[in-house]
Amino acid sequence: MNSSIILSVTTFVYGLAAFLYIVSWVFKKEAPGKLALWTAVLGLAGNTAGIILRWIESYRLGIGHAPLSNLYESLVFFSWTILLIYLFVERKYKNRTIGAFVTPLAFFAMAYASLHNNSIQPLIPALKSNWLIAHVITCFIGYAAFAIAFGTSCMYLIKKRDTEGKSPLLKKFPTANILDELTYQMIMLGFLFLSIGIITGAVWANSAWGRYWGWDPKETWSLITWFVYATLLHAKMMRGWHGKRIAYLSIAGFAAVLFTYFGVNLLPGLHSYGAMGQ
Amino acid sequence: MTNKTNSSDAVNRVWKFFTSVKLTVVILLSLAVTSIIGTVIPQSGTASEYFHKYGELRYKILSFLDSIFDIFDMYHSWWFQILLLLLTINIIICSIDRMKATWKIIFVKIPRFNVSRFRRLEDKKEFSDKRTPDELKQIYKPVLSRSYGYSRIEQTDSGFCLFAEKWRWTRLGVYIVHLSIILMLLGSLIGSIFGFEGFVNIPEGESAKKINLRNTTEMHLLDFEIKCEDFSLSFYDSGAPKEYRSSLVIIENGKPVLKKDIIVNDPLRYKGINIFQSSYGTLAPSEVTLSFTIRETGMEYKKKAVINKPVDMPEGLGTFLIKDYSSSAGFKGHNIGEAFMGILTKKTGNPVNIMLPLRFPSFDKMRKGDVIIAVASHNHRYYTGLQVTKDPGVWVVYSGFILMIIGCFVTFFMSHQRLCIEVTGNGNHSMVMVAGTSNKNKIGMQRKIEILSEKLEKLIQSNEEKE
Repeated sequence: MNSSIILSVTTFVYGLAAFLYIVSWVFKKEAPGKLALWTAVLGLAGNTAGIILRWIESYRLGIGHAPLSNLYESLVFFSWTILLIYLFVERKYKNRTIGAFVTPLAFFAMAYASLHNNSIQPLIPALKSNWLIAHVITCFIGYAAFAIAFGTSCMYLIKKRDTEGKSPLLKKFPTANILDELTYQMIMLGFLFLSIGIITGAVWANSAWGRYWGWDPKETWSLITWFVYATLLHAKMMRGWHGKRIAYLSIAGFAAVLFTYFGVNLLPGLHSYGAMGQ
Repeated sequence: MTNKTNSSDAVNRVWKFFTSVKLTVVILLSLAVTSIIGTVIPQSGTASEYFHKYGELRYKILSFLDSIFDIFDMYHSWWFQILLLLLTINIIICSIDRMKATWKIIFVKIPRFNVSRFRRLEDKKEFSDKRTPDELKQIYKPVLSRSYGYSRIEQTDSGFCLFAEKWRWTRLGVYIVHLSIILMLLGSLIGSIFGFEGFVNIPEGESAKKINLRNTTEMHLLDFEIKCEDFSLSFYDSGAPKEYRSSLVIIENGKPVLKKDIIVNDPLRYKGINIFQSSYGTLAPSEVTLSFTIRETGMEYKKKAVINKPVDMPEGLGTFLIKDYSSSAGFKGHNIGEAFMGILTKKTGNPVNIMLPLRFPSFDKMRKGDVIIAVASHNHRYYTGLQVTKDPGVWVVYSGFILMIIGCFVTFFMSHQRLCIEVTGNGNHSMVMVAGTSNKNKIGMQRKIEILSEKLEKLIQSNEEKE
């Protein structure tokens, strides 16, 4: 039994959980929903075990480091964070339809990860730092919170399209107000952690290269993402924006997150170790 | 007189302009959109790099744009700096403007509570209790003073009002965030005025005092010398780099004062100057062993040689001189790696230029001469590439970082909560109303009121059971 097998199985478990959440939502049945929750919990347990085992395996190979050093490992951790935050949200808001919009994201991330090289590589000199763990973990908590905000923003827009409240599919949705509030909560959580992620990255850069900010494409794109969400927060707090406009901004913000994460690898820069094929 | 009012009008208008949140939104989005340019066009490249990348026509257009908008170094361009300056003014004026109102709310000796406002709240909770208001007062008071920083009781005609509040200061959270951004911008300004960013290449065994400043042709003279005693690099089995290590000594007034091995992520700091491992390269070896093979007989002779000193070839074939070394020599348009360039001078005939690539020892066979020359061995010499920086603003920026994290946490997840419990005596029992407000997260406050009201009701019951 090794981490690759556990994580491959986890991918399918997440796929099953996503499927069950969608079934429970579309057919308005309680039983698949309950099963979906337990499948998701099982998936999270597998994901956790996979990460820990991979960490141990790297030590067995004599190149021990936290499994946060390339695209594969970051995607696995991304899925883990999405699931963890989602399960908290489900518990607190007692609504499973959100799962139909969020767990597929974790499944896609894991499926996308499986397309990449999953062998455990030694750390290149630039990544050998204690800041690696703090930087990657905080960034991905931020990204995961934004991913969930993206899910609830989509739900909000779908809910609002059905102005007469006739669609049976939307009966089980949380109210528009709760979706709006949840989006906002997730964005605040994401913004706090994105800020900490950028800051830990800056401190790390300063201790490795002697400058805390160098306008490298990934740095710049994380700042662009930060600007988009800062705009959203000001619009919400000071101008009372809510509802659709916030939902659109949240989707735009998540697009910036995705570009920061994947798109930047197409551009040259210091963060190329997060790139494909590595 | 009219002049004065006009000018104060103008000041007012400017002030108003900068207090607008619309302006903030416009600036933030402009920064977001324009920042993309510098991630698409590589920044601070050389003219030939751009020419190579874009071709003649596009290079001409881009360099015209660069002459006006500095698009090849856009993050330091005048217009980007203006956007940052506008943001700074906007943040400062917005903060001062709103601070006036917040200040009055935060710094009051006796907080004011308005019962009728709490009564009007939709999500207040009410229940009745069989005890008199006086008895309830003794039970409620300690519960609230435990979880709220401030509480007081006001007597009313038929009972009492218990007011409590906590986290009034969290209204300052947003100003902490704004201050943090000002500190970061200020710190980077201090760094760009009083600091420098440079690099220096030091061969093993040598030392340097002058460094090259980045993006300029200027040099900077340090107060001390940096000596590189040794440079080493190691690889993983896969061929990926494992570690770059430079053994450095700081020499001040001719005396070594500090000695340290630096690797990537572990720099040397001395007198506010930071020295980082940044790159490395190979240098011309100081000594080379050449091999001369006579084509006819296959006899091989080995001789030591130094650059620019001719050596006599065996069997009286003439002399050979190593003229030059290149770490990446070119042959027919291909990079063939490290190579020596030499001149072969025979007793008769013209001198011949000869290339001796280290990677291809039999390269000289192609010349079809009567002697085949190759490099048998050589001692590797490296230089270490060091990034040398000084940034006195970094601690201002770091304090901004800390305030940013604290400020965001306070602004997003803490709120000024105010609570009112009104107890009205009605014959031999009391009516209790629990209501509360918060300046943020109203839904969370609502839940808190529900929990508190249930708790207060149960508190009474358990006391009744005891009796």
